[in-house]
Amino acid sequence: MTTRFTGTDRYVATDDLKTAVNAAVTLARPLLIKGEPGTGKTQLAQEIARSLERPLYEWHVKSTTKAQQGLYEYDAVSRLRDSQLGDARVHDIRNYIVKGRLWEAFESEVQPVLLIDEIDKADIEFPNDLLRELDRMEFYVYETRELVQARHRPIIVITSNNEKELPDAFLRRCFFHYIRFPDEETMRRIVEVHFPRLKQELLKEALESFYKIREMPGLKKKPSTSELLDWLKLLLAEDVPPEALRAADGKSAIPPLYGALLKNEQDVHLFEQLVFLNRRANR
Amino acid sequence: MLIRFFLMLREAGLPVGLTEFLALQEALKAGLADYSVDEFYALGRTILVKDERHYDRYDRVFAAHFQGLQDAFEALFGKEIPAEWLRRQAELSLSEEERKKIESLGGFEALMQALKERLEEQKGRHQGGNRMIGTAGRSPFGAHGYNPEGVRIGQEGSRHRRAVKVWDRREFRNLDDTAELGTRNVKLALRRLRKFAREGAADQLDLDGTIDATARNGGMLDLKLQPERHNAVKVLLFLDVGGSMDDHVKVCQELFAAARTEFKHLEYYYFHNFVYETVWKDNRRRHAERIPTTQVMRTYGPDYRLVFVGDATMGPYEIIQPGGSVEHWNEEAGSVWMQRLRQAYPKNVWLNPEPEDRWPWVPSVKLTRELLEDRMYPLTLEGIDRAMRALNAK
Repeated sequence: MTTRFTGTDRYVATDDLKTAVNAAVTLARPLLIKGEPGTGKTQLAQEIARSLERPLYEWHVKSTTKAQQGLYEYDAVSRLRDSQLGDARVHDIRNYIVKGRLWEAFESEVQPVLLIDEIDKADIEFPNDLLRELDRMEFYVYETRELVQARHRPIIVITSNNEKELPDAFLRRCFFHYIRFPDEETMRRIVEVHFPRLKQELLKEALESFYKIREMPGLKKKPSTSELLDWLKLLLAEDVPPEALRAADGKSAIPPLYGALLKNEQDVHLFEQLVFLNRRANR
Repeated sequence: MLIRFFLMLREAGLPVGLTEFLALQEALKAGLADYSVDEFYALGRTILVKDERHYDRYDRVFAAHFQGLQDAFEALFGKEIPAEWLRRQAELSLSEEERKKIESLGGFEALMQALKERLEEQKGRHQGGNRMIGTAGRSPFGAHGYNPEGVRIGQEGSRHRRAVKVWDRREFRNLDDTAELGTRNVKLALRRLRKFAREGAADQLDLDGTIDATARNGGMLDLKLQPERHNAVKVLLFLDVGGSMDDHVKVCQELFAAARTEFKHLEYYYFHNFVYETVWKDNRRRHAERIPTTQVMRTYGPDYRLVFVGDATMGPYEIIQPGGSVEHWNEEAGSVWMQRLRQAYPKNVWLNPEPEDRWPWVPSVKLTRELLEDRMYPLTLEGIDRAMRALNAK
């Protein structure tokens, strides 16, 4: 079992990301990951688990998620019903305590990886409710009066899309890393990891049009890594030749299958307009 | 030395606490920085900085700090390290094994300390070799050489792509906004405006109802469910755009972002300076797609709370005169439309981004306040708080 994270065969990690992950692993602090959507925040936890050979527990947070749900839930309603039906299980309250993801991770035999995905989606007080749990890695179950402590401090990866600001007390307890949008060199490595047999020419053309689209002013949602990968998948499936991506003057062509890159109609509209204007200017 | 770095970070306005500083020490002790400045830079950033908007400030302090060290040497020796020491003279190419052989000297501090001592003991120019400062050697100090954890002094580009100054690139400049984003605080203030209601699917246990029904049922359990409580407040937001409002774009954006996530029922429209017979939803097509104000009043019921955001700074005739608008010919005066809107929505406030003490000096603000019966509040946390209380009052 290794303890250093160096990226995997399907995940390209930059040097500073590796440093951040290794710091979080060594000191057993939660690692907060931010970055543009589609830069591989969620995937990072999966790849850490895979490369360090640890079990992975995923806790996906929604707007209705409460912190307590990650610890445990007491199912009072079914206990009440069971008592009416004379079920023998009713005498032990433990039968009605449903463990949450955090509890499961605390019980793991080896040090696990715990992903708390999109923490910013939850209520604004949600992170505050997890302070003690993340700090001491323990919590108290009131119904059974027992203290649950982590056998091994889990490697916790928390992702956020910046929809809500996180409280300072929470940030204090985390390490932080912002995944930058990859530059062309890193992007090339990422693409090569995903499509090892991609023709160099096609890749070059595709990356060029991709960065050109990203640089376009006024886009509501810039295409990101995951969109690029989807688009390349489509290009491969449709067997688009590299020439199709290259226009005579380099600017006036709409790349084929651009729907994979632009995700809302205003952007598509803006894009088409710009291309149209360009064509007219070039005529 | 790190304590000074820490204090400099705090001076630069980075919210670094003692906890983070101790964590950094712990990390260094655990050998995480691997005795390379690059990694020390990344490690420090991971531990000390909690927000990408602060990355740029961190970069600057990092650069200043290590520049500061250099300045300190200069002060010590009264002059710069002679440039000729460092001029490119010879190439040194090492094999992989040799590179591996070059051992670390131990920690960044030790490296800096050693550099200081070395500078003291070294009197002349130096080139090659393993120890002294100069070019093309294997000493950790000087340029054009190879030592995996070297401190580069006076070299234009990075040759082995390991050397020091990533922070000089300042790639996170765009993310820095010295004016703190206060969305979280604004949201907390908006929370005052909450009216909980139970609507939708019944999926929560109604404890009181269940006890009551069970008792009536002679002890046999009779479960009662009810829908979950959520904020049912409806908000209609009218935002002033353009002209004098350009100075306040940022604070308005914050308010808007916070309101968008806090209120489920939020409708917003834009106007310029004052409300007239039309408003619009898309600023890019404000002239093409105008929506009659009467249509807005027909669409949203009186249970909506009306919030104006604007500086109310304009010529007084723009409010009281028909045809006073700066943009078009309005048949009816703005004040008439304001009264109509206030009638349609009895719960209304005006948030003004201009500081409150300036209001008495602007006639149009005074007029607007009169029209609104003094329900104008400054666009500050405290003002939003007061405004939300006013909207909540019966």
